[in-house]
Amino acid sequence: MATSSFNPGELANLLKDFPILSREVHPGVSLAYLDSAATSQKPASVIDAMDEYYRRTNANIHRGIHMLAEEATAKYEDARQKVARFINAHSEREIIFTRNTTEAINLVAYTWARANLKNGDLVILTEMEHHSNLVPWQILASERGIRLEFIPVTDEGLLDLDAYQQLLAQEPRLVSFMHMSNVLGTINPASEIVRMAHAAGAVALVDGAQSVPHFPVDVQDLDADFLAFSAHKMLGPTGIGVLYGKEALLNAMPPFLGGGDMIKKVMLRSFSANSLPHKFEAGTPAIAEGIGLGAAVDYLTHTGMDRIAAYEHELTSYALDRLSEVSGLTVIGPRAELRGGVAAFTLADIHPHDVAQLLDREGLAVRAGHHCAMPLHQRFDLPATTRASFYLYNTRADIDRLASALERVKKLFG
Amino acid sequence: MDDLYREIIIERYKDPLYRGELNPHDITFEDENPLCGDHIRIDLRVDEHGTVTEAAFSGHGCAISQASADLLLESVIGKSLDEVRGLGKQDILDLLGIELGPVRLKCALLSLKVLKAGVYGMGEASDDLVED
Repeated sequence: MATSSFNPGELANLLKDFPILSREVHPGVSLAYLDSAATSQKPASVIDAMDEYYRRTNANIHRGIHMLAEEATAKYEDARQKVARFINAHSEREIIFTRNTTEAINLVAYTWARANLKNGDLVILTEMEHHSNLVPWQILASERGIRLEFIPVTDEGLLDLDAYQQLLAQEPRLVSFMHMSNVLGTINPASEIVRMAHAAGAVALVDGAQSVPHFPVDVQDLDADFLAFSAHKMLGPTGIGVLYGKEALLNAMPPFLGGGDMIKKVMLRSFSANSLPHKFEAGTPAIAEGIGLGAAVDYLTHTGMDRIAAYEHELTSYALDRLSEVSGLTVIGPRAELRGGVAAFTLADIHPHDVAQLLDREGLAVRAGHHCAMPLHQRFDLPATTRASFYLYNTRADIDRLASALERVKKLFG
Repeated sequence: MDDLYREIIIERYKDPLYRGELNPHDITFEDENPLCGDHIRIDLRVDEHGTVTEAAFSGHGCAISQASADLLLESVIGKSLDEVRGLGKQDILDLLGIELGPVRLKCALLSLKVLKAGVYGMGEASDDLVED
């Protein structure tokens, strides 16, 4: 039997955890926040954890002897352990704190890839990637002549795995792909893609920016070599993200940024690198944000990732049904069973900026543009789309408001 | 539904008076807003006294960018190129009759940027052209 989602009482309580949901966007207009794929809202427990840290604990970590420094270090490292448990990593040494998903991917591009890839080596990406998983590899391609190939996206918005299989015959060194599309909503068969990459002798990097916040992700099941994700999309603060890497790989990689905390010993002309995970964390990190991420993980764990996924799935199915009733509206991407809580659409020939602007006047926060996936939009021959994205704090009422507002937009543009 | 989308904006977006291309033309320029992919080309015909006699725009974009292009071209016909060079942000806002936030301001000002870059004969349209 499928995991149950939230009952109405639980949902009502859950909504109270998010202070921002009670504000008005315009006088007399309440907020319907449908932009969680861009960034999520934060529960009071996350805000309080960071507030409490600054009010009671604030100190620099890892070197201090005094009480505040010890407490700060303990809280920060405790957050790392929570993250490790959350994705079922073998050890907290495999959890590198970065600024965000983008920096996590860049870390792999600047360290592992520069140490391991040479002229002519192949990296496989996909046509649906976010710019953060395209540009670092393009930079590397122009610097040292690595080759890039792309798993095509089908008209339904799925990765073409037959074409992928054929690309694997060219013996790629790395396959880097998104777990869930931030535009199509497609949940890619990540375990299978990783398994195929490994069978071809490639390392696999999974961009988990849209997956880790929304459904259970277990790095052992996935068997990914690297997994990148951001705190701010999973109820945590901006400014902190995670690179998970298998310990043996991380140990063999050269360090990333140089500076304090990433060293064991420094001489005038040389240094030796610190052990994991500190080897990749130069300088004072985002301490309060790390602690906030820990609180976000607690919230998600306590609520239950299975139940969040089940609830979002119900909500997404409902949204696709309601949106299909709006005449002239076309959602891109696959059917509900294959997608997460994202619906990007076009509305007749009305420009997405106009759609988003008019929706804002009714308190609906959506996103318009190419959502950092220009090549994907080119693939579907669309300059831009309007995107509504959902999280555990959205309700059917939000989607009803969206559908009826879209009818009014349609009417205005006639 | 919204005061930002005043009747005149929707009207000019749906039925622009100056949409098209002029071939031949005396001045042409095109540019885009990379943020949203809006693209505008403007063609002008200018008489021997340096007065704009005909104007047309083509391209695609949101209602704000398209309506502002149409209203702008209407306003420059009969003006001298010197007068066109003197146009600024406030002139566009006066034509549209609305207040705009920073993001949508870029949509509204794209046509002025393109027009002035063309009139100055510049290689690229700079944001400096539309600062007041």
